[in-house]
Amino acid sequence: MSKFDNIKKLIVKDQLKLDCGQIISDFPIAYETYGKLNLKKDNAILVFHALTGDQFASDINPVTKKDGWWKYALGAGKAIDTNRYFVICANVLGGCMGSFGPSSLNRTTGKSYGNDFPVITINDMVNAQYFLLKHFQINKLFCVTGGSMGGMQVLQFVANYPNIAQTAVPIACTSNHSAQNIGLNELGRQAIMADANWQNGKYKESDSSPDKGLSVARMAAHISYLSKEALQEKFGRKLQERDDLKFSFDADFQIESYLRHQGSVFVDRFDANSYLYITRAMDYFDLNKKFGGNLSKAFEKSKTKFFIISFTSDWLYPSSENKEIVIALNSIGADVGYVEIESDKGHDSFLLNVPDFLQTLGNFLNKSYERINEKRI
Amino acid sequence: MKKEFKIIADLIQKNSRVLDVGCGDGELTSFILSNISKDIRGIEISKTNVQKCISKGLTVIEGDAEKDLFQFPDLSFDFVILSQTLQAFLNPEKVLDELLRVGKKAIVTIPNFGHWRVRLNLLFKGTMPITKALPHKWYDTPNLHMCTIKDFSNFCDNKQINFIKSLALSNEKVLNISKSNLSVRNFFSDVGIFLIEK
Repeated sequence: MSKFDNIKKLIVKDQLKLDCGQIISDFPIAYETYGKLNLKKDNAILVFHALTGDQFASDINPVTKKDGWWKYALGAGKAIDTNRYFVICANVLGGCMGSFGPSSLNRTTGKSYGNDFPVITINDMVNAQYFLLKHFQINKLFCVTGGSMGGMQVLQFVANYPNIAQTAVPIACTSNHSAQNIGLNELGRQAIMADANWQNGKYKESDSSPDKGLSVARMAAHISYLSKEALQEKFGRKLQERDDLKFSFDADFQIESYLRHQGSVFVDRFDANSYLYITRAMDYFDLNKKFGGNLSKAFEKSKTKFFIISFTSDWLYPSSENKEIVIALNSIGADVGYVEIESDKGHDSFLLNVPDFLQTLGNFLNKSYERINEKRI
Repeated sequence: MKKEFKIIADLIQKNSRVLDVGCGDGELTSFILSNISKDIRGIEISKTNVQKCISKGLTVIEGDAEKDLFQFPDLSFDFVILSQTLQAFLNPEKVLDELLRVGKKAIVTIPNFGHWRVRLNLLFKGTMPITKALPHKWYDTPNLHMCTIKDFSNFCDNKQINFIKSLALSNEKVLNISKSNLSVRNFFSDVGIFLIEK
C-alpha cells in the first residue's frame, strides 16, 4: 500500500509529446480540488505550484500532515475564496506527490525510473495539466495563477492556450531563468549528485536516498527565498542555545540551526531526483527565446486579462524581471495590471501572511469575476 | 467628484481607448470606466494608490510616467490624461512628448501659477505663494516646474502642439480660453484644461 493510494489521480491515456522528443502516455497526474464547480462552469481557477510545492495548496496535506503551501491565500473566505471559486491544483510532471515522476515505477523494468526519467520542461508540465481541464469538461477557466515556478507555468499556459483563461495572475516570476537562478539551481543539483547515496540516480533500488545532498540543496535554496533584512532581523548573530562560540563546526548560530532544520524536514517529503528534474525544467524555461526573442509574441493571440505581482525584497525573481512581462504585454496593448508589493520577506512573500498582497490578489479576483459576470447580463 | 474631472470626462469620446497617467486612487478612472469607456487603464506611482485602484476593479500598472511610458506603442491610445501632475516631473517637456507619442490626443490640466492670488502673495508678502490649489511650502512642494496658463500656451505653440480645446476653471465656472482673452483667463483662473494633439 502506497502513501499515494488515497489521493486523487487522473490517468492520462492520451499521448503527450515532450519537448525532449519522448512520447508518454498512460501516466498519472495527481491533483486536488477545493470549492465547487458551479453549473455554468465559470468559476474554475487552475493554481500552479512552485518548485517544492504539490497539489495540496490548502487545508492539511494528507501525506505530510502539514498545512497546504498556500494556506494564507487559498481557502474559504481567503484571497482565492473557495466559497466562490473552484480551485484545481495538480502535482507537476516530474513531481513526487503522486504525479508521473522519477520515483514512478517503470513498467518495463519493474524499477523506479530514477534518472532514466525524461528531462521535462515547464511546457510539458502545463500540457500535462491541461488534460485535467478536459477531465472536468471545463472550456474556460476564470483564472490561472501561481507564484515562482507556478508563475512561469501561468505564462506558458496562456502562450499555449491563449483563449482558455479569462484572467492570469503570475506572481514573483520571470519569463526566462537568469544566470543567477540557473547557478543557484546547479549548486543544489551538484550537492545532491555529490552525495554517495545518490548512486547515479538509482538510489531507490537500494532503498536509500541522498538525504545529505538534498538537504544542502534545500539549505542553499532557502537562503535565496528570504531577504537579507529578514534573515538579519530574525537571526542576526544570535547563538543557538549557548552563551558563547564553541570553537567547533557545530551549529553555533541560530541561522545554521534553522537551515539544518529546514534541510532535514525537507528530505522527509521530497524526492532528490524530482528536485533535479524540476530545477532543470525551470532552468530551461525561456519563453522569450521560444518566441523568437520577442516575449510579446507569446501573448499576441490572447485576450486574457493579466495582473502581475512582484515583491520589493525578492532578489530571486526581482521586480525588474516581472516588469519585463508587463512591458511585453503593454507593447501589444494587452490588458495588464501590475503592482509591486512592499514586503521584507523576500521571494517567499507570496507564500506568507503579507496582508497587502493577499488583499490585492483577492480584490483583483473578485472584481474581475464580478465584471465578467456583469458583461454577460 | 472634482469639477475638473467632470470636464475631463466630457472631453473623452465614448468607447475610446484611454490611458490615465498618474491616476491616483482611480476616482476619475472609475468614473470614465462606468460612464464613458470600458477601455481605460491607468499608470500610478504610489503603491497604496495602485492597490486602491485594484480594489475598484481598475486596470492599473504601478509605474513612473517619467520612465515607464516608453512601453506603450505609438498612438496606441485615443486619449491620454495627465491631471495636475505635469509640473511635478523632472522633465515635463519629455513627458509631454511621450503623452503625444502614445496618445492621439492628450488632456493636460495645470494648476495656474498666474492666478492673481498667487501673484499678490509673492508681490506683497514676498514669500512663495501658498493657496488652496497650491498648499505646499517651497521646501516640501512636489511641484518642480510651476507654470501659468500663458506659459503652457506659449510652450505648446513653440512645440507646434495644437489646441483642440482650451478651458479655464475659475471659481468652479468653466470658461473658454482664446488668444484674445488669454491674459484675463491667466489672471482669474485656478486651473487650465487643455485638449491637445501633435
